[in-house]
Amino acid sequence: MSTNEHAGHPELVVHHAPEGVSDPGHPPHQPRIGDTDPRAAKRSERIVAALFGLSAIGSILVVVAFFVFPPGESVASIQRSNMFLGLGLAFAFAGIGFAAVHWAKSIMNDREQSEDRHPQRSSDEDRAGAVAELKAGAEDSGIARRSALKGGLITALALLPLPVAIPLIGNVGADWKVSKFRHTMWKAGTKLVTDPAGRPIRAADVTIGSVVHVIPEGLNHEDLSADQHFMDEKAKAVVLLVRLDERDLKHTEGTYHGIVAYSKICTHVGCPVALYEQQTHHLLCPCHQSTFDVADGAKVVFGPAKRALPQLPITVDDEGYLIATADFSEPIGPSFWERVK
Amino acid sequence: MKAIAARRHHRQAPIVLLVLALLVTGGLYAAFASTSADATVVAQSPTDIEVGKKLFAANCASCHGLNAEGRESAPSLIGVGAASVYFQVSTGRMPMQADAPQAEAKPPQFGEEATRQLAAYIASLGAGPAIPTDEQVDASLGDPANGMALFRTNCAMCHAASGAGGALSQGKFAPSLLATEPRALYSAMVTGPQSMPVFNDMTLTPDEKRDIIAFIDAQKEGAPGGLALGSIGPVGEGLWVFVVGMGLLIACAVWIGAKSS
Amino acid sequence: MTTTTPLAKAAAGTADYLDQRTNIGVLVKNFARKLFPDHWSFLLGEIALFSFVVLLGSGVFLTMFFVPSMTEVHYDGPWAPMHGVQMSEAFASTLRLSFEVRGGLLMRQIHHWAALLFMASIVTHMMRVFFTGAFRKPREINWIVGFILLILGLAAGFTGYSLPDDVLSGNGLRITDGVVKSIPIIGSYLSYFVFGGEFPGTDIIPRLFTLHILVVPGLILALIGLHLFLVVLHKHTQYPGSGRTDGNVVGFPLFPVYTAKAGGFAFIVFGVITLMAATMQINPVWNYGPYDPSPVSAGAQPDWYMLFLEGSLRLMPGQTEFVIGGYTLSLNVLIPAMVVPGLLFTVLGAWPFVEAYATGDKREHHVLDRPRNAPVRTASGVAILTAFFILVLAGSNDLLATHFHLSINDITWTFRVLLFVAPVVAFWVTKRICLGLQRRDRDLVLHGHESATIVRLEHGEYIEIHKPLDEHELWLRVNYEARRPVEIEPAEDSRGVRRKGYRADRIRRRISQFFYEDRIEPVSAEELAASRAHAAEHHAHLDGTGKHDAALPAGEQETVASEH
Repeated sequence: MSTNEHAGHPELVVHHAPEGVSDPGHPPHQPRIGDTDPRAAKRSERIVAALFGLSAIGSILVVVAFFVFPPGESVASIQRSNMFLGLGLAFAFAGIGFAAVHWAKSIMNDREQSEDRHPQRSSDEDRAGAVAELKAGAEDSGIARRSALKGGLITALALLPLPVAIPLIGNVGADWKVSKFRHTMWKAGTKLVTDPAGRPIRAADVTIGSVVHVIPEGLNHEDLSADQHFMDEKAKAVVLLVRLDERDLKHTEGTYHGIVAYSKICTHVGCPVALYEQQTHHLLCPCHQSTFDVADGAKVVFGPAKRALPQLPITVDDEGYLIATADFSEPIGPSFWERVK
Repeated sequence: MKAIAARRHHRQAPIVLLVLALLVTGGLYAAFASTSADATVVAQSPTDIEVGKKLFAANCASCHGLNAEGRESAPSLIGVGAASVYFQVSTGRMPMQADAPQAEAKPPQFGEEATRQLAAYIASLGAGPAIPTDEQVDASLGDPANGMALFRTNCAMCHAASGAGGALSQGKFAPSLLATEPRALYSAMVTGPQSMPVFNDMTLTPDEKRDIIAFIDAQKEGAPGGLALGSIGPVGEGLWVFVVGMGLLIACAVWIGAKSS
Repeated sequence: MTTTTPLAKAAAGTADYLDQRTNIGVLVKNFARKLFPDHWSFLLGEIALFSFVVLLGSGVFLTMFFVPSMTEVHYDGPWAPMHGVQMSEAFASTLRLSFEVRGGLLMRQIHHWAALLFMASIVTHMMRVFFTGAFRKPREINWIVGFILLILGLAAGFTGYSLPDDVLSGNGLRITDGVVKSIPIIGSYLSYFVFGGEFPGTDIIPRLFTLHILVVPGLILALIGLHLFLVVLHKHTQYPGSGRTDGNVVGFPLFPVYTAKAGGFAFIVFGVITLMAATMQINPVWNYGPYDPSPVSAGAQPDWYMLFLEGSLRLMPGQTEFVIGGYTLSLNVLIPAMVVPGLLFTVLGAWPFVEAYATGDKREHHVLDRPRNAPVRTASGVAILTAFFILVLAGSNDLLATHFHLSINDITWTFRVLLFVAPVVAFWVTKRICLGLQRRDRDLVLHGHESATIVRLEHGEYIEIHKPLDEHELWLRVNYEARRPVEIEPAEDSRGVRRKGYRADRIRRRISQFFYEDRIEPVSAEELAASRAHAAEHHAHLDGTGKHDAALPAGEQETVASEH
């Protein structure tokens, strides 16, 4: 049998059962043990009742555990509280669930039934009726041939989203000053201090192979100006300080006797890149495995990042503490459209 | 009679005799030779440094050079300090047995005394970090809260926030710290073994190092929420929701849909 | 109607009160005994539905204690490793929930396990619908509704696990900011839009909270309502078999059987989730620590349903960022984060329409396909799943490296290749398996089951006795739609004039051929008649000898079918 739709459309070719084979109809109903043996039916009933009972015990256990097992302060007491409350609740739920299903399977009538489906399509009369109603409504509205009405309605509705969208979108972005991406709080003379304790770092204390996590001095709340926020500034200013053997460094501008500082924010999508492998002097980002070569300007040697990490140019002050000589020469972190403009 | 017997040995008798001799020799050697290398090597020298030098010559010089000056296959040990030797040898990483991206921890080949003797010898070659004292590594004297904060910034990116370890590039890895003894933890921090950076006493003060040791110790108390599932994070959780959650529920669904007997 | 017991009287009174005001009698009459077909695979969607109920319930509990604020506080609760630590109120309230509220940790774990299960069951349910062709007319709209529910589920999960403001999910937000920034032209402004300024700002957690408890669940609830309404309107599909046609539905009534089975299953789902929450720790934010832009942990992954995005970000090579005219185009971020998911979701969402186009089929379908009878659909589904699975594994590459002692760089390169090769191989293998299974079915129809009994006939021929299929087994294997590629009208009409629309038709035929060219022809009436005649012949021989096991001793069992 094939169904041939309107002429001109590609023809659907469908095959069904070969001639001579027809639907045998529903398989005969197989009775369950409980349908014929009253003792088996009674047993099923007892099992269902027992499962409901298990649920009741679970509920009571939860109430008791709530009072008897407070979370306390040790790992063990918290674990105990969680486990008893949880197991009790699990049994309370599961007991009802298994009871209901077992009841349905073993006791409830399990004869399969059949009923007809009707096509989703409305009948032709209903369709005609719908069209007629719509036509009548349109005529009643008087919109036909009144273009001013139509035009006015459309214009008003079209403009309506603006007074909702503009304030919503406009306010959500705060001051929209995306130029802030270009600068961090590092300036000429800013001391490098340890993250998070804030101790200044002597160049002499940074031995070969050392890694220090660095923030700029002044990142404490009191020292920030009104429109600088601690987290926002830290998110741009974190730096990784590494000392290599001077002979291994390919470029030495902005470094100090083998000590070099790079932005800790990955140029891929912004995770802190901090896995320094001392022997290879590769810096690995744990999020997507971008790898940077600290001996060679932190350029990318593997992974989905494209650009090298921006370098923080450093030197020492009179007392031997490490200081920055300028801000980064490019925006730190992930790329954005107008980054190099 | 003797003459006849003398000619009447089995074709393979010499081989059997040879094997027997080897077995006896080997068995005697195994029975009487000490398992610890120091017993066989220790001669008559009194000082630790002397003993250490002999141990070094027998077990380490083939890669590190007779004067620990280093070779192509192994770095120089001059100036690495006693702590470095303590870490590498007590965790069994050294002597390194097989070629691998990094030396891995294995059952140590030397006992406590021999390790210290080796360390004394290396320390005598050049100044370096000393083996930490008992007080320096006593977890009960440290502050686990401060330790956790320090660990989070300095260590978690390689060793994972739980201390369970993590991957580095090219097959290297930062190992789990949960079974590492405190003195080895301290020594590793201060010497920066293999890929690990150096955390000298200016970067992390001795108190801060002890705080970190206290934090790792506290991690052994277990998981408040139940089974830790290997502490591998969301990937492990996703795996278990399919195996346990969907597994149990699909099993129940099959039961529900099945015809009752 | 006699109402003798007090309970029955009360029920009757209530029913009367309601009916007088709502006409509810009609509803009860038409729906109380609605039939639903019975198969375990129809319960997968219910797992999703009931997990969602758990999410709502446990979620309300959590909102009683969670504070969606990024204001910094110092911790002074009972968890010792956090003493004095500076953290946001969001993180502090999460710690309070976990350690001070009785049952708080349980509710957090129930909520998070339920979220993972919600997504797992949606994907499994979607696979069932896909592989059985349940998305065909009239259910295309319901497929799209389900597809949107999948996306909303992803949004709900993402906004949810970011709420505690810990280092792990906070780095996830940072990655999101990086992805947003990479969007051309509007990226930086979009970043400001999302975070209310520079990252991290102080707005993101409260905004995610509103999305997570109001907007997304509201949309999900509405769409679930629509999804279920359509299932009731269309009536549920059913697997092929005797007595089941496109014109009927065979099953059990809603009341009492499905009330008990589905209701019971609901409680079982609640129970399993609670069991997991009681015994298996999930999302221990006290180990990760409060969010700060400086720390990061090894093993930095999002929840499992986002791993496909994480994997594509990890696999993409970095050389593909370009500066054109001073503007930066970061394809190394845009392709994995936008193009790859865009492709996957577009293929999934558009599938019913592509298939309808390829078959030209405009009929309603209520009987499901056995997956083997739609080889290209099944193979395509397996290919998409393979690609998805490779991405999930790629997102876990550092864990694979540490657990299997491999190099993470080698793993990344391997997956870069496998992402393209494995789905093609999977497609080909699956298609061949489906065609093979169809051949086997055909064989069964014509010859019946092998009975492993060999008989030697008197004239020396050996035959194997086949047990013919009973009428139900036979019907299942012959009553399916064997589709062929569409036939289109020729390019030129009788006078050699090229007709309009030929090109479009030709594309359509090509697509249709991709779907249906390789096929196993179904058993025709002649073949069936011939095989029956043949079988009758054999039985005639056997009856003639009077025995069925004349030739071979009892122990010999050879499964050698005779050659015909």
